[in-house]
Amino acid sequence: MNANDGTVATAPVIVRAEGLTKQVSTPDHDLVIVREASFGVAAGESVAIVGASGSGKSTLLGLLAGLDVPTAGRVWIDGEDLFAQDEDGRARLRGRLVGFVFQSFQLLPALTALENVMLPLELAGAADARSRAAEVLGQVGLAERLGHYPRQLSGGEQQRVAVARAFATHPKLLLADEPTGNLDSATGAQVIELLFRMNRERGTTLVLVTHDEALAGRCDRRIAIHAGVVSS
Amino acid sequence: MRNLAIALRMLRRNAHSGEARVLAAALLVAVASVTTVGFFADRVQAALDRQAGELLGGDLVVRADHPVPPAFLERARAEGLATATTATFPSMVAGEGGTSLAEIRAASAGFPLRGRLRVADAPGGAERELAAAPAPGTVWVAPALVERIGARVGQRVRVGNANLAVAAIVTREPDSVLDYFGLAPRVLMNEADLAATGLVQVGSRITWRLLLAGEPGSVARYRAAMQPRVARGERLEGPRDSRAEVRVALERAHRFLGLASLLSVVLASVAVALAARRFSLRQTDAAAMMRCLGAGQADILAIHAWQFLALAAAGCVAGTLAGYGAQAALGHWLSGFFSVALPPPGPRPAVQGAAIGLVLVLGFTLPPLLRLRGVPTLRVLRSDLAVAEPSAVLAYGLGLASLAGLVVWQAGDAKLGAIALSGFAAALAVTALAGYALIRALGRLRAGASGPWRYGLANLRRRTASSLVQVMALGVGLMAMLLLTLVRTDLVAKWQKAMPADMPNRFAINIQTDQLPAVRAYFGGLGLATPDLYPMVRGRLVAIGAREVSPASYQDERARRLVEREFNLSWAEKARADNRLVAGSWWPPGRPAPQFSVEEGIAKTLGIRVGDTLAWDVAGSRFEAPVTSLRKVDWDSFKANFFVIASPGVLEGYPASWITSFHLPAGREAVVDRLVARFPNVSVIDLTAIMDQVRRITDQVSRAVEFVFLFAIAAGVVVLFAAITSTQDERVFEAAVMRTLGASRRQVALAQLAEFACIGLLAGAIAAAGAVALAWVLADRVLGVPYEFDWVVPVAGLLAGGAGVALAGLAGTRRAVSSPPLAAIRSLG
Ligand SMILES: Nc1ncnc2c1ncn2[C@@H]1O[C@H](COP(=O)(O)OP(=O)(O)O)[C@@H](O)[C@H]1O
Ligand SMILES: [Mg+2]
Repeated sequence: MNANDGTVATAPVIVRAEGLTKQVSTPDHDLVIVREASFGVAAGESVAIVGASGSGKSTLLGLLAGLDVPTAGRVWIDGEDLFAQDEDGRARLRGRLVGFVFQSFQLLPALTALENVMLPLELAGAADARSRAAEVLGQVGLAERLGHYPRQLSGGEQQRVAVARAFATHPKLLLADEPTGNLDSATGAQVIELLFRMNRERGTTLVLVTHDEALAGRCDRRIAIHAGVVSS
Repeated sequence: MRNLAIALRMLRRNAHSGEARVLAAALLVAVASVTTVGFFADRVQAALDRQAGELLGGDLVVRADHPVPPAFLERARAEGLATATTATFPSMVAGEGGTSLAEIRAASAGFPLRGRLRVADAPGGAERELAAAPAPGTVWVAPALVERIGARVGQRVRVGNANLAVAAIVTREPDSVLDYFGLAPRVLMNEADLAATGLVQVGSRITWRLLLAGEPGSVARYRAAMQPRVARGERLEGPRDSRAEVRVALERAHRFLGLASLLSVVLASVAVALAARRFSLRQTDAAAMMRCLGAGQADILAIHAWQFLALAAAGCVAGTLAGYGAQAALGHWLSGFFSVALPPPGPRPAVQGAAIGLVLVLGFTLPPLLRLRGVPTLRVLRSDLAVAEPSAVLAYGLGLASLAGLVVWQAGDAKLGAIALSGFAAALAVTALAGYALIRALGRLRAGASGPWRYGLANLRRRTASSLVQVMALGVGLMAMLLLTLVRTDLVAKWQKAMPADMPNRFAINIQTDQLPAVRAYFGGLGLATPDLYPMVRGRLVAIGAREVSPASYQDERARRLVEREFNLSWAEKARADNRLVAGSWWPPGRPAPQFSVEEGIAKTLGIRVGDTLAWDVAGSRFEAPVTSLRKVDWDSFKANFFVIASPGVLEGYPASWITSFHLPAGREAVVDRLVARFPNVSVIDLTAIMDQVRRITDQVSRAVEFVFLFAIAAGVVVLFAAITSTQDERVFEAAVMRTLGASRRQVALAQLAEFACIGLLAGAIAAAGAVALAWVLADRVLGVPYEFDWVVPVAGLLAGGAGVALAGLAGTRRAVSSPPLAAIRSLG
């Protein structure tokens, strides 16, 4: 596996994994969820991680975002060694460089659509959080729904808010874990459209976990994972 | 600041959640209760002090064996206090019927500052109340002098070189009962005539008093400023330094009010802890998400801490306002029972209430906050991921430490605080252990149970941890409520018992040994119960063990005062039923070796222990004997009691007089007149004024206690609600699953009812046992009331706990039963 093997061979590598391994101990045996994954993703590239349910996709994605610590191996994001930092350092790095979209949306029920999108901006200390959040929500077609709470929005709308939230800070890398998994195909298609538009317009690198063949097909490249072992 | 903005935004929505409301309600109740009690206690205390001041003639008295130094008067003027002065001394007075020893009091204009004098034109004639001193050139005399020296109104009497006209018969002075031992009949004159008597000379035994009255704040400031400047032979006396009966009643009242509000705080802290924990549980996913979006641990902490603080601020402000309103209503309601206007409250309780709210929030929300701070970010992907709980030591240690601080502060009394707190901590520990054991034991019964009970018991055991928290919270809540009920019932009952209708209301003193048979016969002949007569010998304490005793050897003012004066020693063969031995043992009958029994309180003040040898100087001769027992004395029994009692054979050789107390039914005052006429050396002291005073204090405080009790109940209800809603989310989800599987609403409701009934019964059992134990300790050690066990309250508590928790639980989780299963699963799954 070689970082310079993608279609955008000359672009800098935005995320690189080396020997990434996650092993957990269960009462009866030790389980290796991800085994020695090494690969790179170039800036602006779009990559689909595909594999059967339970093959370790979410775990891998979580490691790339620094949501969890690996048993072995390293991850660099935009040249920064992710696991050389402490928990708070990783959180700051995520705030600066990484956006995340989840299958189950994960909006904060206590905040309105606008406030949900403002949250990462405010955490990053942006002064104009409100206007920037409103602008991004406009871009995802929700200009009319700023004051609505998640409960008042449909699944597709919630996921669009989540996408807006992920893009609000202009991350270099966007990670999405089955972003359309909880949506019907028409609504899912809208969300996919949105993700690729952002990828095009802003040059954001996309790393998507998906079951959806249509979605995987639109990506520049696929990484397959089988029982924790990565192959391309 | 950005964290504050985020926090406030989140709070807007979170504030509508059950846990935020419980948190705010708990704080509101705690703060309201503390401020109400604080405000109210301030006012009642001030009013009671003022009422008690009527017995003193002023709010504060400077008393000296020389003219009161001008500095005391100047300072009083500076504080805007009203003043009056008196000089009292024994002197012979002469009328046309003879001469008699009298206790002269020369009073300035303005006397008395508090309370009233009662005067008549002739003994037994119509009485009127006055707040004034005799005009210059006139005197008012005690009824006894009419008989003894013929000092009728209109006659003249000689006091020293002055010749003064009798203008009235004085039957009661506000402060005459304060010094009733060895008191000769009173002659009240005007200060202006004092010089003319020629009795004020170097070496005369005159007691000078400066009476002061004013706002409680000014009086307190005056006292604080002047106390350090009190020199030898001078002394400051407030109402509480005066009669033991009044002091005991006031202190007990204050302690109970303190205790009641304290328990509200303890209860509120339980509710705050429960609500904060649930709040934290419900914010777990949000916290993980924020971590995912780049929030540092400090941000998570700040965002949630701000939310708690904002809730706390709201609860504190609302609580303070509610407290102010409640005390105003209470004051209005009670004003009819006070003989003086209730003074307005000071600002201190508001500050205290707000501070308590803050401490509660800090002490009991920090552990859940720290928990949120440690939420693993990975929870956004795996919601089943457990969150590291902060250590129990930290969680409970911090809470208990802040509670300890509050308790000591609020109780203003380290002993009460320590007892209440160690009781609370012990109760928590015992509750936890007992609860755990009971839950396990009950879980084992499940196989034998049927239907809903089996499901309920299974749940109880499966949720051991949260069931235990519920049992503990409810147990402590119920315990506090039961404890207050027990203590209050005991206290009020004891007060009423302490003032029976036939309680002694007169003291007869100075009866000579050879008059005893005649005096006994006199009472018998009138159909009055023959009173118990006690011998009395005056003596000075000169040494305790090898230690010579002098006022200079004591720091404590009360101790100094005690050794300065002569003690009234008595002797007795048998121990009195109304004195309880607390150490050592009583002497055997017959003629035991010389020994003493000493009252517990004075023994503590003077540092006397069983085994110490006391040396006395009686009428110039010295003797000593060991202390073999300590006694507890009911000072509010209005019976003659003695600090020191000797075994028979020690004191009989010394000149003794006898004292007795007896009940004189209203309308039979003539009995006293004839007694005094027959035994002219005997003085009879009327205690009805002081008894009325104590009775009034008791009545007022009982009412205040009922009111404060309501707050504790309200706090208990909040705890109940907090405990019940703490497992609501789980229950809603489980109920939804059960209903999806075909269970009827009735079955779901019954299963929950069974589980809550078990929790309630466990909590009730633990609470009943704990409350009885605590009530016993408190009654015995703090309130000074003998504890009498009564089955009714604990049993009622147990049943009310079981039924109350079951019903409240069912009401609280109605949503679990009635909402459509799908909605429940979707909103929580
Ligand atoms: N912390 C953990 N402890 C035990 N098993 C885990 C843990 N994390 C993941 N797994 C298991 O590892 C496997 C891969 O999980 P996941 O990465 O979520 O797969 P995918 O997203 O491909 O469906 C699953 O079988 C899951 O149950
Ligand atoms: Mg997955």
